Amino acid sequence: MVNIQLPDASLVKEYVAGNEDALAKLIKRHESKIYGFIYSKIPDRDITNDIFQDTFIKVIKTLKSNSYNEEGKFLPWVMRISHNLVVDHYRKTKKMPMFRETEEFSIFSIMSDNSLTIENKIISEQVQMDLKKLIEGLPADQKEVLVMRMYQDMSFKEISEITGVSINTALGRMRYALMNLRKVIDKHQIVLTN
Amino acid sequence: MAKTYSKKSLFSQVMKPSKETISFLLGYSKALTIIKIENKSFEIISN
Repeated sequence: MVNIQLPDASLVKEYVAGNEDALAKLIKRHESKIYGFIYSKIPDRDITNDIFQDTFIKVIKTLKSNSYNEEGKFLPWVMRISHNLVVDHYRKTKKMPMFRETEEFSIFSIMSDNSLTIENKIISEQVQMDLKKLIEGLPADQKEVLVMRMYQDMSFKEISEITGVSINTALGRMRYALMNLRKVIDKHQIVLTN
Repeated sequence: MAKTYSKKSLFSQVMKPSKETISFLLGYSKALTIIKIENKSFEIISN
């Protein structure tokens, strides 16, 4: 029995006419050559598979949109597409090099997440609540200055204008507020840090 | 018996894409239809 192999041009013609088997035959005929070519440039099987796939997606789209001019050069055309995609891949990886984690190098040594963990967030909220309770226990004039300074971000000039006292008095009240807070914290051995 | 000192050929194994890649391409081709209207192309992927 003689096995007649249809030339690429005929298979392309059949595929464009709607015969999907023709594509399967074309791929089977040339897959090793094209895959081997890509792999010789990018010795990574996963990336090679991706580029092989992208190559044939372009081939399929061009053939299905009747944009292919058959000149008996199907394989060189496909190889050219795969070559261009390999070049695109190198351009992309050059712009955004991929760092693989090794024993010596971890990407987290360069980039880190500074946001609080849930646990730290809960602790921080608890500390804030405890601090507020301590501030409530201060004499009214000291509490007023401290709240204006620490929670409302006011300058001592603004505080003195609003409370009707001199800047020195406002400064003094702030100093006593902090001293009294430290006394209470030390007396009751309160822990206010993470 | 004499030892063979020749290097093993790097291309002794046949390089082929994965079955999944081929399967995807054939499925994609079956599902894809391209329609040209005026100077615009529309790609339709049917499920």
